[in-house]
Amino acid sequence: MQLANHLDIAPIILPLVTGAFLLLFDERRHTFKSLVNVASTLGLLVIAWLLVAQADVEGSMASVYLLGNWAAPFGIVLVVDRLSALMLLLTALLANAALVFSLARWHKGGQHFHSLFQFLLMGLNGAFLTGDLFNLFVFFEVLLAASYGLMLHGSGVTRVRFGMHYIVVNLGASMLFLIGVSLIYGVTGTLNMADLAVRIPAVAAQDRALLEAGTAILGIAFLTKAGMWPLCFWLPGAYSAAAAPVAAMFSIMTKVGVYAVLRLSPLLLGARAGDSASFGDIGLLTAGLVTMAFGTIGVLASQAMARLASYSVLVSSGTLLAAVGMADAGVTAGALFYLVSSTLTIGALFLLVELVDRSQDPAANILAVTMEAYGDDPEEEEVVEEVGVTLPATLAILGLCFVLCGLLLSGMPPLSGFLGKFALLSAALSTGDDNAISGMAWAFFAVLIISGLFAMVAMLRVGIRTFWAPPIEGVVPRVLIVEFAPIALLLALCVVMTINAGPVMAYVDATSQSLHAPDAYIEGVLSARQVPSPKMEAGL
Amino acid sequence: MTELTLSLGIGVLVGSGVWLLLRPRTYQVIVGLSLIAYGVNLFIFSMGRLRSGVPPVLDGSGIVDPAAYTDPVPQALVLTAIVIGFATTALFLVVLLVARGLTGSDHVDGREP
Repeated sequence: MQLANHLDIAPIILPLVTGAFLLLFDERRHTFKSLVNVASTLGLLVIAWLLVAQADVEGSMASVYLLGNWAAPFGIVLVVDRLSALMLLLTALLANAALVFSLARWHKGGQHFHSLFQFLLMGLNGAFLTGDLFNLFVFFEVLLAASYGLMLHGSGVTRVRFGMHYIVVNLGASMLFLIGVSLIYGVTGTLNMADLAVRIPAVAAQDRALLEAGTAILGIAFLTKAGMWPLCFWLPGAYSAAAAPVAAMFSIMTKVGVYAVLRLSPLLLGARAGDSASFGDIGLLTAGLVTMAFGTIGVLASQAMARLASYSVLVSSGTLLAAVGMADAGVTAGALFYLVSSTLTIGALFLLVELVDRSQDPAANILAVTMEAYGDDPEEEEVVEEVGVTLPATLAILGLCFVLCGLLLSGMPPLSGFLGKFALLSAALSTGDDNAISGMAWAFFAVLIISGLFAMVAMLRVGIRTFWAPPIEGVVPRVLIVEFAPIALLLALCVVMTINAGPVMAYVDATSQSLHAPDAYIEGVLSARQVPSPKMEAGL
Repeated sequence: MTELTLSLGIGVLVGSGVWLLLRPRTYQVIVGLSLIAYGVNLFIFSMGRLRSGVPPVLDGSGIVDPAAYTDPVPQALVLTAIVIGFATTALFLVVLLVARGLTGSDHVDGREP
């Protein structure tokens, strides 16, 4: 077996080895640890890029890696198809930005930041790659265990309190995950996703209720992680309490839940699932819409910027879940584009929030709210001669980034946020037959537009209060170049996505086609052959 | 009879676990989580069908009759679930103690209502 064949497992091995290696050094050698961490994360980016190039070949089957060299469905497999390669690339991009940002000061804020960061990446990559339900559980636990540590990174009462809620909710969800997986195993006798897709149509009628209960319970576990209403009340507190680079990484953790739903819903309960076809789609669509509405209200009600960003995560999750619930290849393609764009944007926003908050007194935010509420007379200020406000350069640059984030979040032209929402809406409105637009599509349309508008309103309000007319003069924050560069990188990626929208759309289109017609995936996994061992090759 | 005992056992474990999980003290929460974990482990085990007195591992000699063996997969899954559950509960215990130390309260919200 050539070395290139082992590329599929590299995104798991590399962070595992790096994380374990970094445990050997104590915290005083943080320069060395940072260097190793950066090198490894950059390596992941290269690997993810190679995997995307490998997956994006016309008509190719998914690349399958047999762990332990047991053919599927008996052994655990890793599968690299377009979707997993895309998610790997997104993770690697976000990880690089968050890591560079953390080098300014956060990485010294507690023990073992670098190791935990690598283990988090290992869990994320593993969850995206695996083709086995129970293995998915294991990787979920790896990434959650690392995220518990990162959530508490920097310590402090708020973090510990919200971290505790976060841990309890996720432990509870893990139990549901196990119940769901074992129910599915009890009915079908397999845990391999591709094999499940083959066996589910043949499940006997009297077992079908049990199977559907199993998938529903499993779905609840994923949706808790994705932050679906009403399972999302832990999210805004935890995300806004986390340290900035950690919160930026967390913006992809909700997407892991979305990924699992996106992967399993069309595969197990898609068109070929017989009597269980499109089970739960309506529920997903409705819950997605409610999540969007809840997130939108939260965005509008948030006073602190970190909370605003956290509620934006909910809006983004809701949009994606509703889109998955529509179970249409065109809508899924739009959703994937939106997923990439919104993850990068929210990651950048979390990083930006930390820098902007630095310019303000902790008390200023509360005072600003009070002043708005209890009449801070605009008339009185008109005595001041109107010479315009002079903005310090740092604030101007931060303000520009903030404007870009606002455009991307609300989905205003010309950036990728707009393209994603446009692709979603144009596909949603052209589903169904005879050009008749379903009521649900109208509802989706309305909620998406309104959520965009409200995001715009909220961002404008915060932007004006922070950059143009701060009610209380803040200090100009000291921003290091390593802190600004990752934000610029993430936003630049969104701009690149806008300019190269053609190739990106073609890629997500192909991804979505293969998700909704998973024959190539199933065929690829089940036909993967064992690699002959050296012994067998020698004819022994 | 075994079926009834097992399902009652799982029911009682998970039921009391959920009740404890919804209580306001962190110690109750962690005991609740542990009880749910036991219930869930038994549940996974039962998904391989209940057989007693049969081995899960093939002895590798002669022709294998699958009916003479019990399903080994749920047993492997339970083993993994136990290890992971144990580790995460231990981690939660540490956070619980830290929260107790920092806030001076064992309420889940860090302050008395």
